Amino acid sequence: MPVPKVAERFTGSVNRLTLGATKEDGGTRSATVTVGGARNVVYGGSAADTGEKPVIAMDVLDSKPEDWPDVLVEPYKDVLDSPGDWAKKCVEEFGAELICVKFDGIHPDKNDRDAAHAVKVTEEVLKAVGVPLVLWGCGNDEKDNEVMPKVSGAAKGEKCLIGTVTEDNYKSLTAIALADGHYLITHAPLDINIAKQVNILTSDMGFPLERIVTFQATGALGYGIEYAYSIQERQRLAALTGDKMMAMPVICDVGYESWRAKEAKLTDAPGWGDPADRGPMWEVATAICLLQAGVDIIRMRHPRAVATVKNFISQIWT
Amino acid sequence: MALTGLDIFKLLPKTNCKKCGMPTCLAFAMALAQKRVKLDDCPDVSQEAKEKLAAAAAPPMRKVVFGSGDNQVQIGQETVMFRHEEKFYNPTVLAVTVSDKLTGDDLKKRIESVNSLQFERIGTKIGARAVAVINDSGSPDSFAQAAAAVKDAGDLALILVTQSPEAMAAALAKTKESIPLLASATPDTAEAMAQIAKENGCPLAAQAESIEALSDLTEKIEAQGVEDIVLNLVAPSLRDQLYNLSKMRALALKKVFRPLGYPTISFVTDDSADTQAASAISLICKYSGIVVLDTVEPYALLPMLTAVMNVFADPQKPVQVEPKVYPIGEPNENSPMMFTTNFSLTYYTVESDVEASRIPSYILVVDTEGTSVLTAYSGDKLNEKTVADAMTKHSVEDLVKHRKLIIPGYVAVMSGKLEEATNWEVMVGPRECSMLPKYLQEVWK
Repeated sequence: MPVPKVAERFTGSVNRLTLGATKEDGGTRSATVTVGGARNVVYGGSAADTGEKPVIAMDVLDSKPEDWPDVLVEPYKDVLDSPGDWAKKCVEEFGAELICVKFDGIHPDKNDRDAAHAVKVTEEVLKAVGVPLVLWGCGNDEKDNEVMPKVSGAAKGEKCLIGTVTEDNYKSLTAIALADGHYLITHAPLDINIAKQVNILTSDMGFPLERIVTFQATGALGYGIEYAYSIQERQRLAALTGDKMMAMPVICDVGYESWRAKEAKLTDAPGWGDPADRGPMWEVATAICLLQAGVDIIRMRHPRAVATVKNFISQIWT
Repeated sequence: MALTGLDIFKLLPKTNCKKCGMPTCLAFAMALAQKRVKLDDCPDVSQEAKEKLAAAAAPPMRKVVFGSGDNQVQIGQETVMFRHEEKFYNPTVLAVTVSDKLTGDDLKKRIESVNSLQFERIGTKIGARAVAVINDSGSPDSFAQAAAAVKDAGDLALILVTQSPEAMAAALAKTKESIPLLASATPDTAEAMAQIAKENGCPLAAQAESIEALSDLTEKIEAQGVEDIVLNLVAPSLRDQLYNLSKMRALALKKVFRPLGYPTISFVTDDSADTQAASAISLICKYSGIVVLDTVEPYALLPMLTAVMNVFADPQKPVQVEPKVYPIGEPNENSPMMFTTNFSLTYYTVESDVEASRIPSYILVVDTEGTSVLTAYSGDKLNEKTVADAMTKHSVEDLVKHRKLIIPGYVAVMSGKLEEATNWEVMVGPRECSMLPKYLQEVWK
């Protein structure tokens, strides 16, 4: 019996966007990173439809993390106090393609650092590395509105990816990101309808859809990843069938979420294997799972996990 | 693919004899399409029509069962490409290799380490479910001995991996009552292997290097009377393997292409444990019915098994935790008492942040039918009454001597009514539970 043809074609595709501005483009980045562009589901159609290869953004925190497990602290122990050196290490030693500066330290319940601190960190990291940056607030609306516009200004013209904006808090950061020439992360709490709504709200303010990346929230393996997984698959299908409000590339936060998992950080669990192996493995597993659903930028933390995931990506997206 | 009433009508005698109780053959065909009547109700239907209708009613992907007794596993029977469309039915079976080059204590140790790959998550036992005995030695005798040793250890379903019909027959002579999966027949050995499979009533994997060659091979094997087939497409790279698995799944489900309407098996036996786990997880998500691994590292197996559990979870049914009081750390009568809902995602997030606080606490899980705090509150499944009932039912008064209850910040609005209903002092916790460690350390005294 001859094998029938089954290739499914779609009319739409995921938006393609290029982060980072080099000298010619008015910035100081030594390289740019292009993401998106998929014209089919993961492993659907031909290899030409897969779009750009997914990239890893390694997390650098603005202030020394207090609650990281030892296994995660170890590779960074000499640089945790210095975001610039930390970023440099990620790029030069661990092959980070993007650096995500996560401003945890500005949160009022954490270190409550001010805008001047955040601006200084941004400048330090911009100076230390040539890769494009992701600039990510602390999640406290009031504090983010106070600090992130200044962070945006400090990186003006660098074509960073900045966020996040939510349904309830999008105006100030959207306006400033537009003015400073950045890309924007729209954020929804594992709810595909809210995700679309935030995209509509920001585009109503005149922010171009082609400059948006969506963050649907991430659940770690074993902690709700199936919700994130299905939302990402549904978003990809929506993009492919021509829904312009859902055609954005996708970012996910694997580092933070997977290191919260008991399986990653519990030290006293002999039946589960050595924590030094287990932590990075949980991060790998979470990232690989989400890659099957279709994601474009993955925030990660442990260098061993980054190496394994990069190796996987290089096998699939050639 | 389901036939329409008209498709069925064309296969009926068209005599309108009314013996089936329907006024016309067309009415009968329509009723049959809706599965309201059985084909047997028509006394004059032809053999040809019966076969065609049965074939159309068969599931697009066959279920294949191997192993025996408690060790029996089943794969296949999938109906959708994406889990949100309906759900994935038969969770991927993870199998671990045992080489027949091992003998004596080495063999015993390897079998033990495979059998011990068992874990528990959310009250469910998960683990490796099959052992793949590999005929690395090339010798039928060694293969038969290793297979017999694995069978005697008796914990898991068995997969016999050899290209040699002679070795297969030798191993099967000692293990046939375990109903192993035979892997694999190639185009060269198809006849001999199909013969062995048929005689012993075992399912057979078909191995080829292209989708076309594989579908020819399964037709050949099926023609010999073996119905339970597993697809083993050998690809030069992981990338090709994954693209092929997606294509075969689509051919089976969307085109109802029978020669590929079977579950699949993949081998991930090279590289480090980390790399094997990464590859295996992609194969679990994208359509491999069995994944055979070489690693016996628990740290690598646990995430793979968790991935199987998560991807095959029913998307219509929220995963729930049992409503009761969960002690975190070793709480005592002075420890904090807080509540959350029984939606697993909600509970695990709270649990993880309470653990992070290093303050031993009690978490009371209120039954909200698997919904999150805000959803449960707006659906009236979380109110002063359900919380008070849960407190009584799970005797929280006996666990702590204080009378202070920490409630999720999102339902601060229920404080007043809850205080009235329970006579406990209500303390409003943070809205985001990532703030719980700080809250417990600083606000709780």
